[in-house]
Amino acid sequence: MDKSQKIIEIKDLQTSFYTLEGELKAVSGLSCHVYKGESVGLVGESGCGKSACAMSILRLIPNPPGRIVGGEILFQEHDLLKLSEREMRQIRGNRIAMIFQEPSSSLNPVLTVKQQIFETLKLHRGLDDGQCLEETVRLLRLVGIPDPQLRVNDYPFQFSGGMRQRIMIAMALSCRPELLIADEPTTSLDVTVQAQLMELIDGLRKTFGTSVILITHNLGLVARYVDRVSVMYAGRMAEIAPTDELFENPAHPYTQGLLASVPRLDAGRQKSLRGIKGQPPNLTRLPDGCSFHPRCEYARDICEKEYPPLEKIGEEHYRACFLEPGELKKPR
Amino acid sequence: MEEKKTPLQARAPKKRNHLADIFTRLVKEKPLGAAGGAILLILLLVGIFADVLAPHGYNDVEFAARLKPPSAEHLLGTDNLGRDLLSRVIYGARISMLVGLGASLLSTVISVIIGSVSGYFGGAVDFLIQRFVDSVMCLPSLIILMTVIAITGPGLLPVILVLGVEGGVGGRVRVVRSAVIAIKRNLYVEAAQAIGVSAFETIRRHILPNIMAPVIVMFTMSMGSAIIAEATLSFLGLGVPPPMPSWGGMLSLSGRAYMLNAPWMSLWPGLCLCVAVYCINMFGDALRDLLDPRLRGDLGSYAVNKQKAG
Amino acid sequence: MTEDHLIDIENMYMYFPVTSGIFQKKTTGVRAVDGVTFHIERGETLGLVGESGCGKSTTGRCILRLYPGIKGKVSFEGVDLATLSRDKMRRARRDMQIIFQDPIASLDPRMTVGEIIGEPLRAHRAAFGSEYADQIAELLSMVELEPSMADRYPHEFSGGQRQRVGIARALALRPKFIVCDEPVSALDVSIQAQIVDMFEKLREELGLTYLFIAHDLSVVRNISDRVAVMYLGKIVEITKSDELYINPLHPYTEALLSAVPIPDPKIDRKRQRILLQGDVPSPINPPRGCRFNPRCQRSAAVCREVEPELRQTSRDSGHWVACHDA
Repeated sequence: MDKSQKIIEIKDLQTSFYTLEGELKAVSGLSCHVYKGESVGLVGESGCGKSACAMSILRLIPNPPGRIVGGEILFQEHDLLKLSEREMRQIRGNRIAMIFQEPSSSLNPVLTVKQQIFETLKLHRGLDDGQCLEETVRLLRLVGIPDPQLRVNDYPFQFSGGMRQRIMIAMALSCRPELLIADEPTTSLDVTVQAQLMELIDGLRKTFGTSVILITHNLGLVARYVDRVSVMYAGRMAEIAPTDELFENPAHPYTQGLLASVPRLDAGRQKSLRGIKGQPPNLTRLPDGCSFHPRCEYARDICEKEYPPLEKIGEEHYRACFLEPGELKKPR
Repeated sequence: MEEKKTPLQARAPKKRNHLADIFTRLVKEKPLGAAGGAILLILLLVGIFADVLAPHGYNDVEFAARLKPPSAEHLLGTDNLGRDLLSRVIYGARISMLVGLGASLLSTVISVIIGSVSGYFGGAVDFLIQRFVDSVMCLPSLIILMTVIAITGPGLLPVILVLGVEGGVGGRVRVVRSAVIAIKRNLYVEAAQAIGVSAFETIRRHILPNIMAPVIVMFTMSMGSAIIAEATLSFLGLGVPPPMPSWGGMLSLSGRAYMLNAPWMSLWPGLCLCVAVYCINMFGDALRDLLDPRLRGDLGSYAVNKQKAG
Repeated sequence: MTEDHLIDIENMYMYFPVTSGIFQKKTTGVRAVDGVTFHIERGETLGLVGESGCGKSTTGRCILRLYPGIKGKVSFEGVDLATLSRDKMRRARRDMQIIFQDPIASLDPRMTVGEIIGEPLRAHRAAFGSEYADQIAELLSMVELEPSMADRYPHEFSGGQRQRVGIARALALRPKFIVCDEPVSALDVSIQAQIVDMFEKLREELGLTYLFIAHDLSVVRNISDRVAVMYLGKIVEITKSDELYINPLHPYTEALLSAVPIPDPKIDRKRQRILLQGDVPSPINPPRGCRFNPRCQRSAAVCREVEPELRQTSRDSGHWVACHDA
């Protein structure tokens, strides 16, 4: 990891979806950055805007109903939001690659694996057919597909879910991207396959120095595989901290609640998991003030009126909360 | 996905969907469907009160006034026998609406019963029913219709029955069956079985309400095709026997022969047919949407929640 | 069989036929459940874990006899369910219920929540009139929902609330036994914790027995008294919950446990990681000998030839494992 160089920096990003019920603020003022070669976890519950954030980076928000309303996304000094669609296409899949949750629907079922990987290789790297085949076989071997020479001619349905996700990873890596966004890459897969794939992504990151944004709701994966964690709630950052620091000193009530909710393999039967009360908010009708206050056990008057700014409380440790860090009880 | 939550205070406790409720929502949310329904209702009333509304009898032959274009006396003109077209179109509404409604109702009921049994139980029952449907489908329907009418003799009732039964055991069974199979795979059907709900109750309470959308569309479409099939039969002399007018009969019998000399002869019944079928479709679409609680009110949030990720 | 066994399963098999050709000839079978024997004690929660396709959901559904063609003996309170008449089986269903994984798909979108919860009462003619309405209100408050919500449709609820509706429906007939088929897998962590806590509360209050099926081993550890691990249609290990996590004997259990990260980087870093190779083989044609042998690190010659029996480690230890090496 190279802390002197930020590969991507998001400043005050705002993305909204315009629905019949009104404006749905999927991302409302989000700032974060990723260093070169670093892996960052983006954690939050479903509907908190993590995927909308990833789609905004690649400018893949469906319009209508969605639109990036404001902010900056600096990718190596370029503001991605100011690029033309043509320039953006040069970046997508080439310098920033993405892996999606559903390996079965991300691959075209009527094309062979070879045809799909060739597409990217030809588009971005301008290789001829012979080089393409060589490169495809090399990539498939890299991601651990047995007999790649034979299997390049197979169709997606001939692979298992885990194998399909490996193919997706191979496609994502085909142009040696500088940034890899993995959006819940293992959510639909079994734990043993999840472990295989996460080891693979982590190994590739270490080998090629690719920066990784891992979007997940699984705190265990975050603990094991990322350097720094960003916790998102209702379209904003609640807390950003290096992994060890976050798990040791969670400084936002939401982070604490999240950590207390997770059932742990190393803890025996408990009377209560102490989950967070209530339901995640409706993004079209966000409460005034801090969006977490209706569920927060420490909420006070000010929390209902103003949104707390993201403030620095330690080395690389930021959080958005009015409470003094000492006022929070230690979980467990 | 953890979906948005409707806050309690946002809605007053609401009553179940009574007929009046559906009616007000039809007018408010689906104006086009409401208009279609209204026109349909008017056509129906016109058919019922034809005796009062028609200025002339449907078979008042007036040779002096043959093939007259629309005029003050005959608002829509006259046909080749000098009969008042307005009156014949009004009487025609009766026949066409009767045939359309009757035959499509019958065919829908039959196909829903056969199709849901076939789809729900599957296995040998399904196999037998589907082979039967195949055999019906491979005969041209006109041949079946002609054969049966030739035996029973022409008339309003035979036409309705024959069109209804023929339509009900044909391809529409397939539509219902595939809809039933799609619904049957849903977990809530399995949930009902796990509770111990009987097969009949499961079909009635879980399957049928959920296949209403295709069934309503099927009903409206078969209404149009029944009206047109009746026209064909009339053309062959196997429909409602003359001089009783039906739109289809007017269009195809004499209307075609005098198309160039007296275009109004085919224009009016043709126009009526088009309007009726269009209205039926609009009304059917509106009804289908209204009966689906998922589309109730917050269509937008439903649509967006589905595509918005994360 | 002893008194405190609510459910006894002996050599249960469930093969789903794979048919081909116009005469639907049965060519082969998916061996979803391939000879399992276990029991569930009264008042306990038995966790059933394994990867997708291992037959855990099928096992749960077989106990409720939701499929035709189940082989083997399933007894509920000492009565072999296969011997029951249609009518008696319908009555027996009142005692056994199921909660599904997908809280969206398992609720009929055309019915109000009140109708959904009331359906078991109607089907078994268990309550009428004002009593019916009272029961629905009571069931809703049992799962911590407002009784006034009975008139709303499932799509108006969030995922967690829908799962509560599913639970209320399962509780309507006051069953003794509930199969929970991945009931929290589709939910967010904060909601998951609420639902898991509710399962515990209901079990204590109503004296329920659960078969808790899940692929998430951490959730299972949190809620189960005993845990059974399934692989390719067979139970490979079954023992007390804490014992399984502290002292796993089957290499598959070990691998499964090590694949689950612990949400605490300091502890997680110290753990040994076993990475399984390859995928789960097809249940149509499982490997010869021990089913796990192609992926097993401790595989020996005997494993490729002889299928290991599920045996108890020592007398009355209650720790059963099917491995030649354990």
